[in-house]
Amino acid sequence: MLFGFEWDLSNPLAFAISILPILLIGMWVTIQATVVGFFVALVLGLIFAILKSAPSRFIAWPARLVTEFIRDTPLLVQLFFLYYVLPEYGIVLPAFMTGALALGLQYSAYTSEVYRAGIEAVGRDQHEAARALNLPSARTFTHIVVPQAIPRIVPAMGNYLVSIMKDVPVLSVVTVLEMLNVAKIIGDRTFNYLIPLSMVGGLYLIMTLVASAGVRLLDRYLPKQGLPLK
Amino acid sequence: MTDPIIKFDKVVKRFGDLTVLDELDFEVQKGEKVSIIGPSGSGKSTVLRILMTLEQIDGGIVAVGGEPLWHEPGPNGLQPASEAHLRKMRAQLGMVFQQFNLFPHMSVLRNITEAPVRVLGLSKVEARERGEELLELVGLADQADKYPHQLSGGQQQRVGIARALAMRPSILLFDEPTSALDPELVGEVLTVIGRLAEEHDLTMLLVTHEMRFAREISDRVCFFDKGQIREEGTPEALFTDPNEERTREFLKAVLD
Repeated sequence: MLFGFEWDLSNPLAFAISILPILLIGMWVTIQATVVGFFVALVLGLIFAILKSAPSRFIAWPARLVTEFIRDTPLLVQLFFLYYVLPEYGIVLPAFMTGALALGLQYSAYTSEVYRAGIEAVGRDQHEAARALNLPSARTFTHIVVPQAIPRIVPAMGNYLVSIMKDVPVLSVVTVLEMLNVAKIIGDRTFNYLIPLSMVGGLYLIMTLVASAGVRLLDRYLPKQGLPLK
Repeated sequence: MTDPIIKFDKVVKRFGDLTVLDELDFEVQKGEKVSIIGPSGSGKSTVLRILMTLEQIDGGIVAVGGEPLWHEPGPNGLQPASEAHLRKMRAQLGMVFQQFNLFPHMSVLRNITEAPVRVLGLSKVEARERGEELLELVGLADQADKYPHQLSGGQQQRVGIARALAMRPSILLFDEPTSALDPELVGEVLTVIGRLAEEHDLTMLLVTHEMRFAREISDRVCFFDKGQIREEGTPEALFTDPNEERTREFLKAVLD
């Protein structure tokens, strides 16, 4: 029994059906971790991107160093660090939040590069036109550069969304009951690993396909020339 | 003669080892329509880009309306201009780009009204009225809600002209405004520029390869070569009877 659901071991199909609600609870945790992690990656990545392109070297270089460090160390190391080291300094977060934060932190290093590429892809001609019209640089960034950069970064961000989703099982090592962890517990208790793990694979396939389709749809409907301003 | 509205005094501009403007002296009177012609790489566009503050200078003084553009008075004489000074100076100038440089994600009207609202502080209604008037002027009154990619090149460039005019500059710079256009679309843009030249007391500086047009609308034509003005004069004098051999060669090459 797990989460109040009994399993039925009489035959494989009955077993699969009986553990589906349990796996779906785990899947919901996986989705939550993905969403929170992706949100953190989007926000933190934008901050890193802005810092990295700061005119002052004293801001740009540390930002570059930090993102490079994040990118070149394993997610698991960062996760352990956050989970075991932070409490020593009095910062105690629930396992789920720690995990989602670690995911977001790792991926913010990647998304910051996507932002940077998207921002730099907005041509010099646009900056010159804005300058000739005397538009303030903050306004140029928010209303000329960003609306044109967004359609360009959507596909790459979509790929990272799927990657984050597939990395969520790493959080099982810090006791987060995401889908894979739940399946493993079922296996440990019933000695049947084949069915729960296969189901996890299938459910993952459905999740990633849905996410990819969503991103493609968004990509198709975003105007290539930028978010329209009337 | 009154004080010139634009004055280049021994202006030097380098790109790496290449000297683009070589101690250029150049003056434009208020309301004057001046065409700049010359071979590519002769520094023609650079003159406009320096005026629009898109390109810094490496030596000399540029003055607009009697005030230094790239410098401002400091405790020890002239010092490099601050962004605030450049913003103030830029308000006098408008630019029409070779590649139009419209904002592709903004409607035609928004392209025109964005800066008047944000920079001049016009209300949206005022800006809209101004925008519609200008679209009327360039013959695009019915295209206000379209987006640039839905327009032809000639129409896009006319929007570019309206956008520059919306800031009410006293000096309008045209950087090869028809060079990126298909031949059949050149005429409609030139017509608009010609009308502006006739009906407004704007000071106009036009870098162009359209010799016939330069001849029609200009008060003065300057032939640039190797970062200096090789020869200048009225269109008649320069086109029919140039003094310099280099001018003659150039005109022969482009007019044939």
